[in-house]
Amino acid sequence: MKCIKIDKKQWAGGLETAASTYRLFGPVKSGEVYEFAALAPGREPDMAVQNTRTSPRSVVYPQAEVMFEYTTDENDPDAHVMKEPETDEKPRAAIGIRPCDAYSFVLVRRNFDSAEHQDVYWLRNYEETTFIGQACHNPCSTCFCTTAGCGPFHEAGLDVLLADAGDHYVARVLTDKGETFMKAAGWDAGIDCPDQEWEGWKTAAQEKIVSEVATDRLANIDTLALHDAGFWDDAAFSCINCGTCTYLCPTCWCFDIQDENKGRKGIRYRCWDSCMFPLFTLHGSGHNPRGDKTQRVRQRFMHKLKYYVDRYENGIQCVGCGRCVQHCPVNIDIRNVCNLMNSFGEAESCSVA
Amino acid sequence: MQNPYYPYPVRIDDIVVETEDKNLKTFKFSFLNPEDEEKFAYWPGQFAELSIAGLGEIPIGIASSPTEKGFVKFTVNKVGKVTTHLHKMKVGDIMGIRGPLGNWYPWETLEGKNVVIIGGGFAFTTLRSSIAYMLENRDKFGEIHVIYGARSPGMLLYREELAEWEKRDDLNMHITVDAADDPDWKYNVGFVPAITDEKAPEADENTYAIICGPPIMIKFTQPVLDARGYAHDHIIMSLENRMKCGIGMCSHCNVGPVFVCKDGPVFTLDRLNQLPKEY
Amino acid sequence: MTAYTDKIREIARRLLKDCKVETVIGFRKGTVPMMNEPCFITRADAADELVWDGNCGINLANYLTDRKEKIAVFAKGCDSRNIVNHIVENKIDRDQLYIVGVPCKGMIDKRRIRGMAPGEITEVAEDGDAVRVKGRDFEESYDRKDVLQSNCAVCVHRNPVVYDELVADEVTEQTDVDRFADIAEIEAMSPEEKRAYFEELLAPCIRCYACRNACPLCYCPTCFVDESQPQWVGKSQNPTDVWTFHFLRAYHCAGRCTDCGACERACPVGINMRLLTKKLNKDAFEKWGWEAGLTLEQRPPLDTYRPNDPEEFIK
Repeated sequence: MKCIKIDKKQWAGGLETAASTYRLFGPVKSGEVYEFAALAPGREPDMAVQNTRTSPRSVVYPQAEVMFEYTTDENDPDAHVMKEPETDEKPRAAIGIRPCDAYSFVLVRRNFDSAEHQDVYWLRNYEETTFIGQACHNPCSTCFCTTAGCGPFHEAGLDVLLADAGDHYVARVLTDKGETFMKAAGWDAGIDCPDQEWEGWKTAAQEKIVSEVATDRLANIDTLALHDAGFWDDAAFSCINCGTCTYLCPTCWCFDIQDENKGRKGIRYRCWDSCMFPLFTLHGSGHNPRGDKTQRVRQRFMHKLKYYVDRYENGIQCVGCGRCVQHCPVNIDIRNVCNLMNSFGEAESCSVA
Repeated sequence: MQNPYYPYPVRIDDIVVETEDKNLKTFKFSFLNPEDEEKFAYWPGQFAELSIAGLGEIPIGIASSPTEKGFVKFTVNKVGKVTTHLHKMKVGDIMGIRGPLGNWYPWETLEGKNVVIIGGGFAFTTLRSSIAYMLENRDKFGEIHVIYGARSPGMLLYREELAEWEKRDDLNMHITVDAADDPDWKYNVGFVPAITDEKAPEADENTYAIICGPPIMIKFTQPVLDARGYAHDHIIMSLENRMKCGIGMCSHCNVGPVFVCKDGPVFTLDRLNQLPKEY
Repeated sequence: MTAYTDKIREIARRLLKDCKVETVIGFRKGTVPMMNEPCFITRADAADELVWDGNCGINLANYLTDRKEKIAVFAKGCDSRNIVNHIVENKIDRDQLYIVGVPCKGMIDKRRIRGMAPGEITEVAEDGDAVRVKGRDFEESYDRKDVLQSNCAVCVHRNPVVYDELVADEVTEQTDVDRFADIAEIEAMSPEEKRAYFEELLAPCIRCYACRNACPLCYCPTCFVDESQPQWVGKSQNPTDVWTFHFLRAYHCAGRCTDCGACERACPVGINMRLLTKKLNKDAFEKWGWEAGLTLEQRPPLDTYRPNDPEEFIK
């Protein structure tokens, strides 16, 4: 393991140097909320903010992304034929991404990089992005990452993990990609990794996580029985079917594909979509397999906490960032629903032999 | 990396109006680039996204058979934005086809077996592909029964072909209509479930049923097959759901943990029994 | 207002026990500070789940749309006005409802408090006119009137306008407020300034439609923004599409909006889209002397014609 000490005085300068090779993204304030967005030249990421309101998923997976361009001009020999747009953009770096958010890309990759098909757009963006993580020394009260498969110092999905050591960062360089970025930023003060201190920080941070979910029984519960469980009406009652949970979530990936024309030219793009919207499943015939609100709320939780578990046998599709918990307009709390699901069918009384 | 969203450019070579209400047309396409036809190697039961620049894409079952070379065929019902526009297009127009997508009827399992095809309305397309494929490989299959129904004689798809199939002695055709006002109608009259009850062979280990049709037909046909002793792993169905990507990425079409577009559209009834009825 | 809780439970228990209603719609305690969750109860012994405090800002009229059973609903001034709208617009029958009026002193603005507190808030308690806020390493106390939702701060209909029972005596209505000061400020801008102002206002929109879906007025089976044949609005983040959604939605609420604040409260990215609906409220008030949802006896202004309607805007 290689570690580098970054004096905070060299932070802004290093980023500026790196910006000549990379497009930088990071937490910045926009209006009254923090988003994870492209950093304008000279703009420093706000490293003090805990979880940005919108997740960093848009770094790799923008809310709307052009897939093809076309013309319908019959005089053009390529009329009606799809062309991939030219991209000559620099590689990206997500600066100060939190470990849970970085881990979300590992979960989402299982969808976009399957044995049968590879989503070229997502993968291209993902592979050209370097993830410079920032450990969470002070997690939020709604963070439940430690029971959702990651944690405040989790490294999976990161290329570098920074820990805040007062006047400097300690950077653990986790991959070659991370090393390349560090060089591009001119940060080269190699140090012996302060493993003991690091463990201390990590333990202290984990101990500050006050929120949790139980997921141990999910895999073994019968899918259909859980789908037909009695608690869904109550869990879904308050839902207004907006897309807040799905659009703030770092692990939601559903999308729509649309064509948009201007004169004879046009683009085929994809944009985020949400299983909370009735239109999401509406058939051309008018039939809607998930026409009721309860069905859609159930779908979202079943997808994240059961179908995903069934399909990949590798944990839940949630990293415990708490965004949906904090910002659901009607306080539907995934922690409660997860615990309801996990305890489904559990014997209510003990039998003593 | 191959872009799975890229539609192969195709030209419309022929358009046939299939039904008397003119809502169903069969489009015959040829690939602009011959190498795309090779890439588009498919099995009966698969579907593709028909792509029209400026309008979007629509998932449609492949109606031609892989044994038919040099073209692909799709029969399209006029329903929404894309299909309505497609119905206005002309021979020679350029559009796109993306696929083949999804799984197919289990041809390896079906080899050497009796096959009962049960279809209704305009869902007969991939069944047409299957019949053409089996007839081209006739010695590989046992007895073949086809039960196909539509509202009226004029609503049957592929009428000329049906008439030819009727004449064959290696194929048991049971064409039916809900009602016929044509005095010369010489085939069955009655709903598909009733004709199935009348004509379908007894179930055995070597007989498989493939059902594709509107939900109401499936709902009433399944009990008939149950009563006749068809095991649920011998009943094969093809599902429809709203789709966008066709490759299991966009998550529009999921039914429980499976995607209709990628893990389906073909499922045994046995498998469907384990899934929520969200289709 | 926390004192209302006991009374609310008592009423719910009685109504369910006496089979006066099948369902009671109210709030249960939320899992995060300053959030309560709308809920329904159908058994008298579940009445103790219900709570009331300054975090009941969701408009419960939104949960009545097209329901078939007999329902008791707790209604603040604004909720009751939206219930009136619902009845007038045939979204529910008056006979189906047992309206329990909740005289209101305004709801707490969670975003404002979050902005004022020096760190993450873990606990909020109301104590008369004080709102006490705790975090991991701080404790603050704010004057309730300084942390009200901005619509509540200028509300002149705090008492329910229609009810079968009240949980407490009516509160004194505010009279010394300038309801449309923020709108007047925008009206004074030049067209270019307005454009820039709205551009910035709507820039953070992620098109989650929380504003629309939190609104009791937005009950269309298919919203114009979701129509595909024809498709009026694109689905990308193109600003023209985003503006079209917000502006057109506001117009659909003209003469119907009660300024309950549900839209702004629901927005996950802090957009005050109420500025749009409020401008139309102001117009309705100035042109027709109309305030939405005050009476069951009259159709809203865009629904009726009177020979003396103002027409100076017709050119």
